[in-house]
Amino acid sequence: MAEVEETLKRIQSQKGVQGIIVVNSEGIPIKSTVDNSTTVQYAGLMHSFIMKARSTVRDIDPQNDLTFLRIRSKKNEIMIAPGKSPSASGFQASC
Amino acid sequence: MTSNFDSNQGPDQALRAGSYLWLCFSIPKELKEEVTRILTANNPHAPQNIVRYSFKERAYKPISYVDQLAIHFSLDGNLLLRDSDEGRRQGAKIEMINIPVLLSELAPVESTVIEVEETEVKEEGSKEDIPAVSAEEAGEGEEPPPHSRKEQKLTNQFNFCERASQTFNNPVRERACQMEPPPRATFSATANQWEIYDAYVEELQKLEKSKEKEKQKPLVAKKEDKPRGRKLTSLESQSDDVTKVTKAAKIVERMVNQNTFDDLAQDFKYFEDPADEYRDQEGTLLPLWKFQYDKAKRLAVTAICWNPKYKDLFAVGHGSYDFMKQSRGMLLLYTMKNPSFPEYIFNSESGIMCLDIHNDHPYLLVVGFYDGNVAIYNLKKLHSQPGYKSSAKSGKHTDPVWQVKWQKDDLDNNLNFFSISSDGRIVSWTLVKNELVHSDVIKLSVEGTTMEGPEGLQLQTIGCGTSFDFHKKIDYLFLVGTEEGKIYKCSKSYSSQFLDTFDAHHMAVDAVSWNPYHMKIFISCSSDWTVKIWDHTIKTPMFIFDLNSAVGDVAWAPYSSTIFAAVTTDGKAHVFDLSINKYEAICSQPVVAKKKNKITHVQFNPIYPIIIIGDDRGHVTCLKLSPNLRKMPKEKKGQEIQKGPEVEITKLDKLLNLVREPANKPEK
Repeated sequence: MAEVEETLKRIQSQKGVQGIIVVNSEGIPIKSTVDNSTTVQYAGLMHSFIMKARSTVRDIDPQNDLTFLRIRSKKNEIMIAPGKSPSASGFQASC
Repeated sequence: MTSNFDSNQGPDQALRAGSYLWLCFSIPKELKEEVTRILTANNPHAPQNIVRYSFKERAYKPISYVDQLAIHFSLDGNLLLRDSDEGRRQGAKIEMINIPVLLSELAPVESTVIEVEETEVKEEGSKEDIPAVSAEEAGEGEEPPPHSRKEQKLTNQFNFCERASQTFNNPVRERACQMEPPPRATFSATANQWEIYDAYVEELQKLEKSKEKEKQKPLVAKKEDKPRGRKLTSLESQSDDVTKVTKAAKIVERMVNQNTFDDLAQDFKYFEDPADEYRDQEGTLLPLWKFQYDKAKRLAVTAICWNPKYKDLFAVGHGSYDFMKQSRGMLLLYTMKNPSFPEYIFNSESGIMCLDIHNDHPYLLVVGFYDGNVAIYNLKKLHSQPGYKSSAKSGKHTDPVWQVKWQKDDLDNNLNFFSISSDGRIVSWTLVKNELVHSDVIKLSVEGTTMEGPEGLQLQTIGCGTSFDFHKKIDYLFLVGTEEGKIYKCSKSYSSQFLDTFDAHHMAVDAVSWNPYHMKIFISCSSDWTVKIWDHTIKTPMFIFDLNSAVGDVAWAPYSSTIFAAVTTDGKAHVFDLSINKYEAICSQPVVAKKKNKITHVQFNPIYPIIIIGDDRGHVTCLKLSPNLRKMPKEKKGQEIQKGPEVEITKLDKLLNLVREPANKPEK
């Protein structure tokens, strides 16, 4: 458990990282380093996106699975690593 | 079908008949069959097996009778029966329209009749009467139409009179009762291919589990099963939240690192220095990542080793070369995917001097300590303590262990490794039933120093071994470098004598290494500033390189038999390619930032064109080799590109033949 906390701390301390959100399988945020409204917004938006992406990948080949997602935009980049239940997503400003 | 032909017909007919006759004979028999055709009243297009659902019997029942009516043509007409209601109504309407026309026709007739009458009567022709007559006419004209209308108006036969009254409406009050709606949850699911696949996989796993449980049942009491089951579930629900995020968190960390070090990652993968074409033969080393860990900052890098299975993972041992300042040690494993933090961290009380990773079991590392112990770490188990450790009882060395190397599993499939130390012993350790068992292989003794001790004992000064390397193909053959500067060629089977001795260096031999391709060549480096290449059958070195500073480590490149790298204590890395330049390095580059930083070790990555260099500040730097340093032998025009170790061997042989001269002549 402490290891996970440390890992999250390290990610947060990396250059350009704006925040981390940990979300469980139903899309409810468990842990977050940003304020509530942002968390809820991100969690809600990401959930359906992840579902869709995962569904797409697995439809093509059921033995395949999604490893990670990156959404790069002009201002920043959102990285999502979906696990079996909780998934972590971090967003980083583009350098 | 038979065709009737009459041979009594005319000659033409007969000819024709004849042709028919021919056809007849050749026509197959089936065509001669007579087919009966029957006219029935059945509609061929009518469906024959209509089935209708009967609510009474709640089943589908076939309908026996189907309408056989076939309508060939239908045309809707607009004729009405005169006596029907609609016919009468329409007839009346027509009359109404026609009456004025009739009247207008009749009227003049009537009026003329009347006029005639009137004029006959009042022949004196009072013109004044004429308007009256015409008025009469008009009146008469008007009369018949109202008559006809009156006739038409017989629709209501009852005397209808509407009479209404309104009552008071009672005030309406609504009375309703609302309950709490039952709790609702929207349930939706998709049935995708992968969901079905998942369900099957789960089923399979359940079956397997149940099979295992069945097997275990006779062994385990039933009571134990239940609490175990409960424990498992409670653990799962707890761990649901945070521990399962480890994997996801790790991936995110790597992604973030990839972003941060994006340019380095791109360089690593794609950058090939274009200036190399103009640089004549020299190459450069492009610095990539720098690996460091806070807690290892003051410890020197004493050993580095790439993992044979995961080509981006490498292990770094930290300790201290300083005799006076001995403190703890650390074992770190880094991956190139995450340059900012090590993957595995192990602490130890004594400084680590050397390490090796097993080829077949890439999770087993063997480590040699400054205090003479050896230990095996198992990466699969997450303890920070080694799996197995030697101790004073189990024959640890009395001096620092300078090098350890895994060997092939012995006859009993036990793990097996060798270690060499300054106490002059080369020890073979075997992991038998979770314990390390040691056996001395060779005791190094310095030749020519046997002394007569008290009571007639022969005392031998024990040499200090500093490095060794095992031959890649010949299993029992290995080389040992010592602190006196000698290299001994030894065999595992002879424990008391060396096969051969080389007077290699003036100071301690820091590293020896067999050439990965050529079976006879090995390289050695020493603190006496030299790197020497030897053929193990010849006593004198083939090549000698003077590097102006103590050489910390030397390593052959895995992709070529003529390329090797050496690192010196003045912070420079030298790369040599014997096929290009036999006397000088093709690349000499200062690699570490501060001048006082000594480089301690160098290792080539087995597949990528990078080297890692460890220094005595605890940093590991990763450098990329420029194309000039990776040159493959040029193919002659027309010849196929030869690949494989044989090419490398022949390449080196050619070089050696140039250099190798008869033994009496001095060699460079």
